[in-house]
Amino acid sequence: MRKYLAQRLLIAIPTLFGVTLLIFIAMRVLPGDPLAAISGEGGGMYVLNQEQLRAARATLGLDRPYVVQYFDWLKDVLRGDLGKSFWRGEPIRELIVRRAPITGQIALMAVILSWLIGVPVGVLGAVWRNSRTDYAVRLVVTLFMAIPSFWVALMIVLSLVLTLTWRPPLTIAYLWDDPVRNLQMTAGPALALGLALAALMARITRSSVLEVLGEDFVRTARAKGLREAVVVRRHALVNAMLPIMTVTGTALGALLGGSVAVERAFGVPGLGLALVFAVAERDWMLIQNLVLLYGVIFVLINLVVDVSYGWFDPRIRYQ
Amino acid sequence: MVVARFFRSSPLGGVCALLLLLLVSVAVLAERLAPYNPLTANYAVTRDPPLGRHILGTDHLGRDVLSRIIFGARVTLLVAISSVLLGDTIGFLWGVSSGYLGGRVDLISQRALDVLMSLPALILALLLMAALGAGLSTVIIAIAVTRVPLSTRVVRSMVLSVKELAYVEAAGALGASGARVMARHVAPQCVAPFLIITTGHLGAAIFIEAALSFVGVGVPPPTPSWGNMLGGVLAEAFKPPWWMVVFPGTAITVTILAVNLFGDALRDFLDPKLK
Repeated sequence: MRKYLAQRLLIAIPTLFGVTLLIFIAMRVLPGDPLAAISGEGGGMYVLNQEQLRAARATLGLDRPYVVQYFDWLKDVLRGDLGKSFWRGEPIRELIVRRAPITGQIALMAVILSWLIGVPVGVLGAVWRNSRTDYAVRLVVTLFMAIPSFWVALMIVLSLVLTLTWRPPLTIAYLWDDPVRNLQMTAGPALALGLALAALMARITRSSVLEVLGEDFVRTARAKGLREAVVVRRHALVNAMLPIMTVTGTALGALLGGSVAVERAFGVPGLGLALVFAVAERDWMLIQNLVLLYGVIFVLINLVVDVSYGWFDPRIRYQ
Repeated sequence: MVVARFFRSSPLGGVCALLLLLLVSVAVLAERLAPYNPLTANYAVTRDPPLGRHILGTDHLGRDVLSRIIFGARVTLLVAISSVLLGDTIGFLWGVSSGYLGGRVDLISQRALDVLMSLPALILALLLMAALGAGLSTVIIAIAVTRVPLSTRVVRSMVLSVKELAYVEAAGALGASGARVMARHVAPQCVAPFLIITTGHLGAAIFIEAALSFVGVGVPPPTPSWGNMLGGVLAEAFKPPWWMVVFPGTAITVTILAVNLFGDALRDFLDPKLK
C-alpha cells in the first residue's frame, strides 16, 4: 500500500510539472504576450508606443528568454510566492486564501447534496427496477444531466430576485464568522451544482447496485433470511460504493469547472469568479497561478480517489 | 435500411435524431426563418415581454429574442460539430498510432495526455481562451483540445485489444507495412467506439461553448450564441427580464438532451453487448 502510494505520487509530480509547462506555453509563448494584448495591438485598452512597450516588458521581466522566465516562475511558486495581480497589485496568495474557502465550501456542499439526493434515488431505481418509480427516476436523471448548472443558477437568481427582491451578498462572509450571510451566499450555488451532480450520482448508483444485486453473495444473504432492506444496505450498497467513489472524484473536477460559471451567475466572490475576471482582464500572472491551483487540486483529488479504492474494496491489493 | 433498423431499435433515439435534423435545418435556413434581423437594435421596444409584438420578447437592446435563438443555433451547432470533429479526429489518429506503435511513443503520449487531463475541461478551455483570445475559431480550438485526451484514451485501449487478434498478426506476417496494417486492419475496428464517443462529446461541447460565452470569453457579442444571450442578463441585475433567461436556456437544455439521448441510442445500436 505504502509503495503504491509512493508510486502514484511519483507519477503525479511530473504530471504537475507538465501542467506548469502547458500553462506557461499557453500564456507566454503563444503569440500575443500579455502586454501586447493589453497595449494597443488590436484595439487594446492602453496605447503604448514601441519604446514604452519595451520598457514595460523589461520591468516585468518579459524580455528575458522563455527558459529563464519559466524557471523563475517555478521557483517563485515553489517558494510560495505567487506574485501580484497585474491590475490591482494585490498579492495573489492573499486573494486565494480569502476566496478559496468560499469555493471549497460550495463544492463540498454540492457533493454532500448530490450524495443525499443521488444515492437513495439511485438505490430506489435499482431495487424497483422497471417499475413506475424507476422510469420516473430515469426520466428526471436524464433531464437533469442535460440542464447546464449555470442556467439552473440563473433561474434560481431570477426567481429569488423576482419574488423576494433578494440580492446575493457581494462581500465575503465565512461560515465561522457569519453563518446566515454565508449560507445565503453559498446555498444557491451549491444547489445549482449539486442537482446536476445528484443526477449523475443517481445514475451510477442505480447501475452499480443493479450489478451487485445479481451477485452470489446477495443471493446467499437473501437465502439466510435477511430482510431485503439489510441486504440492500449492508451487502449491495457497500459493494456498489467503488464506482460511486470514482464518479465522485471525476465529477469533482467537472464541478470545479462548472463552479466558475455558477459563481459568475450568482456573483459569488470565489476563485471561479476571480478566474473569469482575470481572463477578461488578461491578468496573466493571476490566470497562470489560479489555473495551476485548479490543476493541483484536481490531481490531488484523483490521487485520493485512486488510493481510497483499497479502503473501500479490500479485494484490491496493490503491488 | 440502417436508418429504419435504428428507428426500430430505439424510437426515442429516432425522435431525437429527427429533432436534431430539424435543428440543423433551422440553423441552415436561419435567414429565411428568423422574423427579424438578430443584430438590429430597436430602442423603441427594449425588454418587450413575450407574446406581444415579438413572440419571445426582445432583449435590452430591443433585439428579437426568437431571431437571436434561431441564429444562435447556427453558432452552437457550428462550434459543437467542428470542435468535436477536430478534437476527436486528432484523438483517433493519436490513439491508433500510440496504441499500435506502443513502446516509447506510447509512454510519452500517455504522460502528455495525463497533463491535458489534469485540468477540468472548462478550466482548460478558459486557459486556452485567455491565450488565444475570444472568437469563433478560438472557441472551436479550445473545446477541441479538451476532447483530445478522452478520445485518444478510448481509441487506444480499443487498438490494444485489436492488435493482438490473429488477422492483424497475419497481415503483418504477409509483409504489410505498419502504416497499412494501422489504416486497413486496426483503424476500421475502432470506428464504432469512435462514433459513440463523438456523439457523447457533442453534449459536452455544447455545454462548454455555452459556459464560455456566458462568462464572456467565448463567442464575442454581437454574434448571438445561446450562452452569450444568457450572459447578457448579468448586466440586468436589478430586474432581469425572465424571457431572456428562460428561452435561451431551454434551447441549450433541449439540444443537449436530444444529443445525449441520441448518443445513448446510437451506443446501444452499435454495441448491443453494452446494453
